[in-house]
Amino acid sequence: MKLKEISREELFRSSYGCAGCAAVLAVRLTLKVLGRNCVCVVPANCISTVSCYYPQTPFFVPMTVMAFAATGAALSGISAGFRRRGREDISVVGFSGDGGTADIGIQSLSGAIDGGYKFIYICYDNEAYMNTGIQRSGLTPYGATTTTTPAPCFETEPKKDMLRIVAAHDIPYAATACTSYPLDFMQKVARANRVNGPTYIHVLAPCPTGWGFAPDRAIELGRMAVESGFWRLVELENGKLRTTHKPSRRRPVAEYFAAQTRFRQLSPEQIEEIQRNIDRRQAAG
Amino acid sequence: MSTRTPARKYITANEAVACAARLARVEVIAAYPITPQTTIVEKLASFIARGEMDADFIKVESEHSALTACMGARMAGVRAFTSTSSQGLEYMHEMLAYVSGGRYPLVLVNVCRSVALPWSIWGDQQDAIQQRDTGWIQIFTETGQEAMDMVLQAYRIAEDHRILLPVMICLDGFIQSHTEELVEIPDQESVDSFLPPYDPVVTLDVDNPHTISMGGFGKHYAAWRREQQAAAEKAGEVIVEVGDEFARVFGRHYGGLIEPYRCEGAEAVILLMGALTGTAREVVDEMRADGQAVGLIKVRAFRPFPVQSLRQALSPVKAAAVLDRDCSWGYGGALATDLKAALYSLPNPPAMLNFIGGLGGADVSPEQMKYMLDKALAAKKGAPSSMEFIDL
Repeated sequence: MKLKEISREELFRSSYGCAGCAAVLAVRLTLKVLGRNCVCVVPANCISTVSCYYPQTPFFVPMTVMAFAATGAALSGISAGFRRRGREDISVVGFSGDGGTADIGIQSLSGAIDGGYKFIYICYDNEAYMNTGIQRSGLTPYGATTTTTPAPCFETEPKKDMLRIVAAHDIPYAATACTSYPLDFMQKVARANRVNGPTYIHVLAPCPTGWGFAPDRAIELGRMAVESGFWRLVELENGKLRTTHKPSRRRPVAEYFAAQTRFRQLSPEQIEEIQRNIDRRQAAG
Repeated sequence: MSTRTPARKYITANEAVACAARLARVEVIAAYPITPQTTIVEKLASFIARGEMDADFIKVESEHSALTACMGARMAGVRAFTSTSSQGLEYMHEMLAYVSGGRYPLVLVNVCRSVALPWSIWGDQQDAIQQRDTGWIQIFTETGQEAMDMVLQAYRIAEDHRILLPVMICLDGFIQSHTEELVEIPDQESVDSFLPPYDPVVTLDVDNPHTISMGGFGKHYAAWRREQQAAAEKAGEVIVEVGDEFARVFGRHYGGLIEPYRCEGAEAVILLMGALTGTAREVVDEMRADGQAVGLIKVRAFRPFPVQSLRQALSPVKAAAVLDRDCSWGYGGALATDLKAALYSLPNPPAMLNFIGGLGGADVSPEQMKYMLDKALAAKKGAPSSMEFIDL
């Protein structure tokens, strides 16, 4: 996929997301790939609760708001319905946040992957429950403060590894991505769309409001997450894991942490420990 | 009436309900196992496996997902079916309100069973009653035949463009679900003539994109809810209308929202819902044979609540004995309390005697029903209402 091939049509616009919201960007980029022949499921999250109130909607393709815990099952049901009607050409895509995916929606997601219907499940991950006011989720990383892990404390448990969780279902296609690498992300959406089965894309979406950085730095923060090795861009197809983007330069994770307010409670020793963990992981490939 | 000869088979109500889902040409089924519902979906799975039914059976990991998947299939424009019991219905609670608020005309069969704790697999109606305010039309049935016939009618009622509300057909765990009786299974052509293909109002349509099932604030929210209430009230008329038409095609009629039995000149009447009606009928017959002025009202529709029919039927009666296989803890049996509200403005309402019984699968014997009616016969019109547990 090349930049000039990307559709200029905006099928998601005028949402009420915060300035610099990368979750909004994730939806917008996805719909540029899928086009008009797709339907969207959005559970409780920043996308639905901020923008989808009658009589307004930012979606220019069919969309339904869904119960928090129900994204996976809704995707299965809609996909089954379209299969019955001979409309398997229609892409069925879900946009769920990190809490909606890794916490309250994980059972439904697991059941849906196991059910085998064709859909694309996109987890946009801003690493906390943002629309309710920045509470910690199962995807909040170790060291981050949130309103339920407030300073002087911080989140003490590691981020769940959703890619390994979905991989354990023998899912035909799964990937990680980041909104700061739009071509990499969009290519993955295009690949998922060609799979006749369940697919999962986990896209890191930096959140200025929840992470504590200026709205014009959302792209930069995502790049720092990847360049520091804090977040990796990979894809898993038929059981084979592949790195899709290797940063040309490595940044210390301390730089990534310093660019936002949520990691301020970490001591230099704790940051060094995190750096050693990243280095070990990188050495292991 | 159809001139074709329908099949007659000894089957359980659960099998009858599965046959009804097949005859209704349901295209998507999603369900999760729970006793005493399980044999419904086992039967449907076996229809599909043997090529006797053309439908997708979505494998799901919970009842919450089962109902969600059925709603998803409805959003895509196809007819869907699910069934559950007890804890499963409780687990669906969030989605029950989602489905009715979204005006998705789903049909769900609930095989009524008690609710934990104390844990019990046996029957009462606490599960269905606890979902009373989720916005579903709730119809209780007495026999396997009625359960089958009501599933077919339920699709007509739910999908009627004046209604567009989900329907829960309730049958009693074990008494109906696991008891074989002679059931007349209609032929496909007659069912097709009675139940046309699903004609959805709104779907997820890529050629005509809409945001559906969205948020609403203030007056928009209130307006939506007022329409929902109007549809739920209208459903009373449509249930009667569809029941009458069903009778014209299939020759079986169940009486609409309530079925009064031997109420002419009755001083005391027993009211109840579901399979125990069969016992009550015999008790009324015996007491009538003894010259006692007693009658029976089988309440078929619990939501919408048949306020007018009940006021009419009960205004001349001296006392009503209401058997509830449920309780709204801190008040009383749900049928009795709703009935009291319905009769509130009658100039001289009957005395109300509420009996809570048949809980956790307990039998309610003919002697107990006679006891209830005897008590009602002795009560004075206008006496304060009472409540007692009869299983002890």
